[in-house]
Formats: sequence, structure tokens, C-alpha cells
Amino acid sequence: MQNAIEVAGLKKYYGNFCLNEISFTVPDNCITGFIGANGAGKSTTIRAILRLIRTDGGTVRFWGMELDRHEQEIKDRIGVVLDDGAFYDHLTMAQMKSILAPAYSAWDEKAFRANMEFFSLDPKQKIATLSKGMRAKYALALALSHNADLLIMDEPTSGLDPLVRREFMDLILDFMKKDGKSVLFSTHNVSDLERVADMLLLIHKGNIVFQAEKDALLDGHKLVRGKKSELTEEIKKLFLTLNETEYAFEGVTQHAGQIKSLCAGAVVERATIEDIMFAYVGGEKE
Amino acid sequence: MNVIISYTSDKPLYLQIKDQIKEAILKGELRDGDLLPSVRAFANDIGVSVLTTRRVYDELEQEGLAVSQAGRGTFVSMGNLELLRDSKRRAVEEDMQKVIHHAKVFGVTKEELQKMVEILFEEEE
Repeated sequence: MQNAIEVAGLKKYYGNFCLNEISFTVPDNCITGFIGANGAGKSTTIRAILRLIRTDGGTVRFWGMELDRHEQEIKDRIGVVLDDGAFYDHLTMAQMKSILAPAYSAWDEKAFRANMEFFSLDPKQKIATLSKGMRAKYALALALSHNADLLIMDEPTSGLDPLVRREFMDLILDFMKKDGKSVLFSTHNVSDLERVADMLLLIHKGNIVFQAEKDALLDGHKLVRGKKSELTEEIKKLFLTLNETEYAFEGVTQHAGQIKSLCAGAVVERATIEDIMFAYVGGEKE
Repeated sequence: MNVIISYTSDKPLYLQIKDQIKEAILKGELRDGDLLPSVRAFANDIGVSVLTTRRVYDELEQEGLAVSQAGRGTFVSMGNLELLRDSKRRAVEEDMQKVIHHAKVFGVTKEELQKMVEILFEEEE
């Protein structure tokens, strides 16, 4: 499988925060969900790979090409949605579009109009008067209007209500229907990814905790509940996280089968991505 | 074709899906040359990752039960149907050996066992 993005040893120091020589890939034809708590380093990573901030080391390649040497060609193929949306507030959406469109060789005015309509956005409205959700929609409408092969989005759904979120994700799935498309999508709201992500990348305190196929994670991790009285020390060791109350225990484990054989009353359920994420990064005290 | 997946099963998702497609081929619900859905559409419909559906198609291809054609999609191939039937038959044989072993241990005679098989077989139908 070819990679849309390859990051190796990326470093960035920021006061007392640092991206700690992180490496990961964004494979082609996949939606990669970039997850982590607020402040874990998601936005810094995205800004660093797009060279919107200076880095302190590491390489970033898009489709095997270095950004520094092929910037024009690469940026032409990328659609970007950043959470603040770098737009001029005093312009209307149509005016802002006219500034941005010439930068792309494959600008598709018809697609832009269709996207604006899809999101019920009025091109004559001033950007300053847009709500956070409308800005995100506008940014996505732009990002989807120049035949990009890669979408890089930083918390695009954070200001959207659940209904619009779903529409947003449907647009992303629609984008993926063509061959050779890829998405890198950061969010702290992991339920967005439950339905659409193929690959998950978890960052915590500037370090990549894992990069894994979503389904492999769901196959390998289960939520197990059982009676408190049946919980032995041996069983406790098999959990990644364990929550005990007076009556029951519940936890995420990679050894559901083994627990089931040791504790007949245990109930095995599907773990959500949120459960799994919490099992890796939620346990430690600040 | 029905594909029902369970997130609480010990069986990995890709294997659950692959086995159900094989079953559909054995039952004749899928026929030689049938176009399978695209990896993305299939993944969206059953709620799994495209990496999982791609793996299913890749393995079906390796087992000779599917053929993929660049730009056109993946098609069901019956070339190895006999091989699949044989392997299923072997699995049944293996299970039967276990049953016979148990029967001998508990003193069930050959005739009694045959009777049991007949009755159970009819009940299933």
C-alpha cells in the first residue's frame, strides 16, 4: 500500500511541550483518525507536517515527495480544514473563494457551488458573521472543490451539532469513493470516527501511542463486566483498565477469552474507540 | 447474501465476513462471475474498515474464490469450489472422528450412532 503521508522523526519544541520525534504514516485509500486529548499535540503535528510552523527536525513526505522540494505540486493535491479557518473576516465567502481558487490548478467551480448548496451556505454572506459550524462547513466546501487527493482536517467537527456532523462524515465517505483518496482527520470527539475511520493514530503528550487498524483494535479489545465476588488477582492482571464498584467490575482487556474461562459469569461486550483510547492514555494521573 | 457480524465474538471481523461469503458461495447465493461490491461500499454497508474488506477480498483471491480485475472490481470465481467443498468435507470428517471416539469411550455402538445421526439429520431439516 502506498502512503499519502510519511512522517519520520518529527520534532517540535514549544515551551514545555514537545513533539517527541514522532513517526507515522497515512496510507492511501484510508481515512486515518488522529485522536488524543486536548493538548496532546494533534494540532501541532498537523501544522508541522503542512509546514505552517517551523519544526526542529524530521522529514515529511507526501506520496513519496518531500514538501520542501515539491511544495506547489503537493499543496495542489491537498485540501486543508483547520479549526480556526485562515480566512479574511471582512470578505464574503464568494470573495474569499476568488482569492483562493486561482491557487489550484484543478479548481472545480461547479463542485464548489454544489458543496455550498449542500451545506446551505450563502456565498454573499460575510465571513465575519459565520458561526463556528458554518466556518467549518465553508472550509470543507473549499477543500472539496479542487479535486484534492488528500484531506487534512484539524478538529473539523468540533463546532458542529450531531446532525450536521453526520452530514459532514457522509461527505467525507463520498469523497473516499474514488480511488487514490486519503484523509487525515484529527478529533478529540472519537465517536465521529467509530463509523468512518479505517486507521487510528493515538497521540499523547507529544508521543505516538499507537497506529493501528480500527477493526484490529476492536477485534483485540473487549469490554468485560462481571461480579465483584468473582474478581481474583489473577483476573485483575488481565485488564488494561479496571473499574470496580461495590457490586461489579468493568474493564477493557485484550484477553477476553481467558477472563471468560476463569470467570464464568463475565459478560463480554464491544469496546468503543473511546474505551480503548482511555485504556491507553486515561489511566495516568496528571 | 447475508453478512452479520458480531463484535463480541472471538473470531476476528475479517474472518467472520470471509466465512459468510464462502458460505454464500457454497449455498449458491453467489455465482461464478458475480461482481462483489467495492471494498469501500461493502465496508460502509456492514460498518467495518475498508482495510478489513480489502483483506477479505485478498484472501478470497488467494484461495481461488475471487478474481480481481484492475479498474473493474472483484468477481466471484468458482475455479476452486471443489477444493472448498473438500476442505469443508474434511472438517466434517474431523468432527465425526471426535464423535466416534466419544461413542467408543461411552460404549455407544455403531448401530446406535447411525440411528442418532439419522434422527438428528432429519430434525435439522
